[in-house]
Amino acid sequence: MSEQRQAGEGPHPIGGPAAPVPSPAGGAATGAKPGGTGARTRRGSDLPHRIAQAPGASAEDPRSYYGQPVIKAPVWRGYIPWYFFTGGLAGASAPLAALAPDDVLARRAWSVSLGALAVSAPLLIADLGRPERFHHMLRLVKVTSPMSVGTWLLSATGGAVALAWTRSVLGWFPRAGGAGAGAALALGPALSTYTSVLIADTAVPAWHEARRELPFVFAASSAAAAGGAATLVTPVDSARVARRLAVAGGLAEVAATMVMERRLGELGAPYRHGRPAWLVRGAKVCAVAGAGLVGAGGRRRGLAAAGGALLVAGSALERWAIFRAGVASAQDPRYTVAPQRRRKDARARQAAAPA
Amino acid sequence: MASFDLGAVTYGGETRPRKGFFTDTSVCIGCKACEVACKEWNDVPEDGLDFTGNSYDNTGDLGADTWRHVAFIEQRKPADLEGGVDSLVEMAARAELTGTAELPLHEDGGLRWLMASDVCKHCTHAACLEVCPTGALFRTEFGTVVVQEDVCNGCGYCIPACPFGVIDQRKDDGRAWKCTLCYDRLKDDRTPACAKACPTESIQFGELDDLRVRAQERLGQLQEAGEPSAQLYLAGEHDGVGGGGSFFLLLDEPEVYGLPPDPVDPTHHLGEMWGAAALAGGALLAAVAAAALGGRR
Repeated sequence: MSEQRQAGEGPHPIGGPAAPVPSPAGGAATGAKPGGTGARTRRGSDLPHRIAQAPGASAEDPRSYYGQPVIKAPVWRGYIPWYFFTGGLAGASAPLAALAPDDVLARRAWSVSLGALAVSAPLLIADLGRPERFHHMLRLVKVTSPMSVGTWLLSATGGAVALAWTRSVLGWFPRAGGAGAGAALALGPALSTYTSVLIADTAVPAWHEARRELPFVFAASSAAAAGGAATLVTPVDSARVARRLAVAGGLAEVAATMVMERRLGELGAPYRHGRPAWLVRGAKVCAVAGAGLVGAGGRRRGLAAAGGALLVAGSALERWAIFRAGVASAQDPRYTVAPQRRRKDARARQAAAPA
Repeated sequence: MASFDLGAVTYGGETRPRKGFFTDTSVCIGCKACEVACKEWNDVPEDGLDFTGNSYDNTGDLGADTWRHVAFIEQRKPADLEGGVDSLVEMAARAELTGTAELPLHEDGGLRWLMASDVCKHCTHAACLEVCPTGALFRTEFGTVVVQEDVCNGCGYCIPACPFGVIDQRKDDGRAWKCTLCYDRLKDDRTPACAKACPTESIQFGELDDLRVRAQERLGQLQEAGEPSAQLYLAGEHDGVGGGGSFFLLLDEPEVYGLPPDPVDPTHHLGEMWGAAALAGGALLAAVAAAALGGRR
């Protein structure tokens, strides 16, 4: 709608001598019924940008109720993107440790995995509105709720990794530890990717419409973090496998993110504006630089450590970028309304066509 | 009836006919009695006395402490108005300043004022209920969707899952809250507070079957009377949420009222998402295996 007010926070400009005069001849009439020109859209300065600015986006803004969001943005705080990172790191470190041909690498990777798991559960509990009721999650196993599935997945992975770590590092319980390592090998990749289903299974446009791509971004980002962390903490002679995973993960993370942004089309706009844009750019720079350092200079301790650290940082930035972009897409009604309106109009045209 | 047996599996013989709201916005007068009655009956806390500047709507939107919300939309025909004023309030103020012209309030003067009381849709396919990890959200024997406040642990998953932005977190409390369709009153065969308080029967309560028939009749009347943009919203079973337990008759497109024009239950695609996650997890495992088992370089 072109009839926007500069109202911002202020009251309705009643009788104001310079009350902004809308231009009825503008885009307002397009598609509007003769009975009315539609609701005015009031834009507060908090709205990050216009969809119309995005290349390839439709020139016309959809109608809305005073520019208010249609859906509610997630109330999750910073604990959640950090958990996406630690869960991914723990999940991908487990198969790396289980399959590592080198004992030193295996011990370090189990330690990374266990350490990341140890902070994961507190992060999740801290984010609850009623943390003292966290055990209500354990009332049931609910397959339609990715959060319920994830709770059990995290618990099971935690147990398996703890057993495997005990055997690998302390040398205790060899048989149980072996079983734990086997279970962690299977559970780890699931722990790394289920969080992408968790956020895709919402009405948040930038998440739900990326539901086919997000799991690959999360898997690649987890690989980059696990490979990077293991490269960082393992002597170079033992870290060959970690370096391979780090380079492959970092490059795959950048590629999967680019594919996701492209396929999102205009819904990818949150990744190109404001804070999420800086985060995703930072993630890409870190991943490429980290992969380059590890790939080219990985046999020198300093360069390997720097590259590994960059990959870990890139993975964390990636999760933050995705989190922020989703919140931004929920806060702006145009991301919700525009695709739905087009879908509905297309259906109406199709229904009318054969007649 | 068959399609409404939402609770049959769990409630058996205690299953009751599916109850709901038909909100006919064409007769809403914007009195907000529904908002007040809802707050009073359900003991919903005060959530700010604000002035938004958005017509007569100082409530804002549905949320943890607003389970009925009356929207006000001022529309006009630009050609019929002088000076490009775009609201009744603004026009009244100008008329007063210039000491001219009385207000052309009749419809042909170019103004219309849409009012609509919004509420939880009590979806047939309710995403909030599907994603809730604790089972706090459940389907009642009346086919409605209710939060058990003694079970909710405030995980917040239901909030972005709702395609209508209905449910939200109460800040000082941490839990999620929304309309219960007055579950306590229903159990006692009483009408929900908002419908009881509505003076124009804009909010009609009853069995969903009856309400849908009534809505179709009313739509026919309005179209005959020359209201071509009148439309039913969530009144069928073939939309993205399988229809609403509460549905609406609107006089303009849904997005004008702040409603999504083509809402879809996000959990509808859950199988596809788990499939993609399984593929991605498999690829991750394969990548680790390839790195570990690949030849020495």
